[in-house]
Amino acid sequence: MSDTSRPDPGFIHSDAFLHGLMKRQLRLSIICGASFMLVLLGLPLANYLAPAFMAQRVGGFTLSWLVLGVLFFPYVWIISKIFITRSMALEDDEVKRAVAAENSKI
Amino acid sequence: MHFSDINPWILTLAGITVIATLLMGFRSAKSSKSASDFFVAGRSVSVGWNASAISGEYLSAASFMGIAGMVMSVGYDALWYPVCYACGYLFLLLFIAGPLRRFGAYTIPDFAEGRYDSPLFRKIAVCFVLFIGFFYTMPQMKGAGTTLAYIFPGLPYWVGVAVVGGVITLNVALGGMKGITLVQAVQYWIKMFAISVPIFVLMFVYGGYGKNLSLNHSAADGAVPPAIEQTIGSGNAIRHPLPQKAPKDEAWISPFGPLTTKAAKAAGLSPEETRPLSLLYTFSLIVALVCGTAGLPHILVRFYTNPDGVAAKKTTMWVMILIGVFYVFPPVFGVIGRNFLPELYAASGSKGPDKVVLELPTLIREKYGVLGSILSGITCAGAFAAFMSTFSGLLVSMTSALAHDVYGRMLKPSATPEERMKMFKWCAVLVGGISVLLGSLVEPLEINFMVGQAFAIAAASYFPLLFMSVWWRNMTMKGAATGMLTGGLCALISAAVVNVSTLALDKGPMGKVFSSFAGINDFWKAHPLLRILAEQPAIWAVPLAVALMFIISKATRKTVPADARMKMLVLHAPEALGLKQEYIQEQQGPAH
Repeated sequence: MSDTSRPDPGFIHSDAFLHGLMKRQLRLSIICGASFMLVLLGLPLANYLAPAFMAQRVGGFTLSWLVLGVLFFPYVWIISKIFITRSMALEDDEVKRAVAAENSKI
Repeated sequence: MHFSDINPWILTLAGITVIATLLMGFRSAKSSKSASDFFVAGRSVSVGWNASAISGEYLSAASFMGIAGMVMSVGYDALWYPVCYACGYLFLLLFIAGPLRRFGAYTIPDFAEGRYDSPLFRKIAVCFVLFIGFFYTMPQMKGAGTTLAYIFPGLPYWVGVAVVGGVITLNVALGGMKGITLVQAVQYWIKMFAISVPIFVLMFVYGGYGKNLSLNHSAADGAVPPAIEQTIGSGNAIRHPLPQKAPKDEAWISPFGPLTTKAAKAAGLSPEETRPLSLLYTFSLIVALVCGTAGLPHILVRFYTNPDGVAAKKTTMWVMILIGVFYVFPPVFGVIGRNFLPELYAASGSKGPDKVVLELPTLIREKYGVLGSILSGITCAGAFAAFMSTFSGLLVSMTSALAHDVYGRMLKPSATPEERMKMFKWCAVLVGGISVLLGSLVEPLEINFMVGQAFAIAAASYFPLLFMSVWWRNMTMKGAATGMLTGGLCALISAAVVNVSTLALDKGPMGKVFSSFAGINDFWKAHPLLRILAEQPAIWAVPLAVALMFIISKATRKTVPADARMKMLVLHAPEALGLKQEYIQEQQGPAH
């Protein structure tokens, strides 16, 4: 690292760390958010473009009703489970990286 | 009022719920000592308790009664409400919950001030806590009025509102939030029990979810309706004839039904012209509900009661499961209600479909006698739990805003903790009083619809603020404030205009009060698109707020807070790195 008269702010306080961290977090959030929005916004579109297909009966339900009223909930649980697991792994990884970088400087 | 009309089971079970709530409030009042205890429950609530408490607070009268009523009256389109209520939480989890907890401020105004070092911004944010809060209390109050009018036939609507409002206000003033966490958690399980047990019994007697839905024929099912089995197993699915006022099967079970086509129908548009407008309505509704959930102030406060960010994420996961399971049930009431209680279509106000959840279990009485009364008592107890818990949560959030922000920081920063606690109590009484007043005005409006409006306002103000502040380092206070104010006020004004024009159409006393606004309805007839955009403002108000935040922040980029990087670091760095600052440190002052 370049020598400065001020005390070294440390890797954790560097722009590089913050940018890398936020980028990774945002990427994960956006991927999960997009897979959610795809179905949420796709369903009205499917109702609009293929009404007959969405109106077919599945065990008394219309397909559209079954997807929205029942199946959508487990889908969201799966997304959130994946997000939480990944995001905790990501944070552990960042902590390791930061600690390693701090130690290597000393 | 004839006392013989009162069902003793309903009275007993509802009474037990109310008394248990009060007792829990009083008991915990003894154990909450410091101001920190009062505001965020000492920040030491476990994941399980906190998840149940958030769910308990979230499942409001709208969830418990409103959704069933709305599914019954408009069919498929109303399903977006439960789905988005539940799934909007995902957005909170993905983008906001973790960073906000790490930042460690008590309330949204704390966050607004801390992120931008601006006391002015705090004041603006406080105003919005109150705006959204009052909009959200109105439907809870309607739920209270409807339920009491149901339990005590002949009791005026406003008396129910006043009684329930008074009881909860007392509870909050005495217990603060610590009491509320316990109460909310217990009330979640009361509500879950109260919605699921009666529905399983009803499905056993009257046929399952799918079977009842299959009785609604649409053109897509072919010309010959599928044979209706008279009795198969336990299910006995014969429907009662629908009255004139009920929507037809086709419109009810298909997407783009009465809810989303109302404005276009009133304008006399053809079906081809109506469909794109319905699609627009649906999209706007989705945006409002999903973004609004992520911006609801009384829910966000609760994330601070998690011990750390990992716990905050785990809590959100559990909340999603708890409320997701719950939200499968209310539409079933609506579906069965359409087949077996069609006479509700003829009534409006507190006697209309909004009470289907309370009324439906009494049908069991004809077959199984007292079991029907007990079930009806259970759903009434659930309804009580619903509006009591949500209203308490709102009351705590609005009262904190007044006591903690307006009084403790603006009017008298030197206030001692005792003075602040005392003020908290007085503010609770004030906010409770205003809520009762507003609640008694809105009998003709649909519960669920009003909640949707509160969500739209939150979506256009808090959601952009939180989302942008958390993820964009170059936001300035001016940008944030302009975006939040413009978006939120636009949504607020649109919602208010739609409400007064609807109230003007009411045949009861409210129609007279608001009769001067009747002219707006002629305007809506001429401009159905504008009516839809006013009724569901999220689709334009949310992008407007975000765009304004972006443009104004760019224009005022010199005023980006000097330590923005440190703030972003606190928001995003894993807590294991030890960057967490406690924003408010009781007794120790600002020292770090």
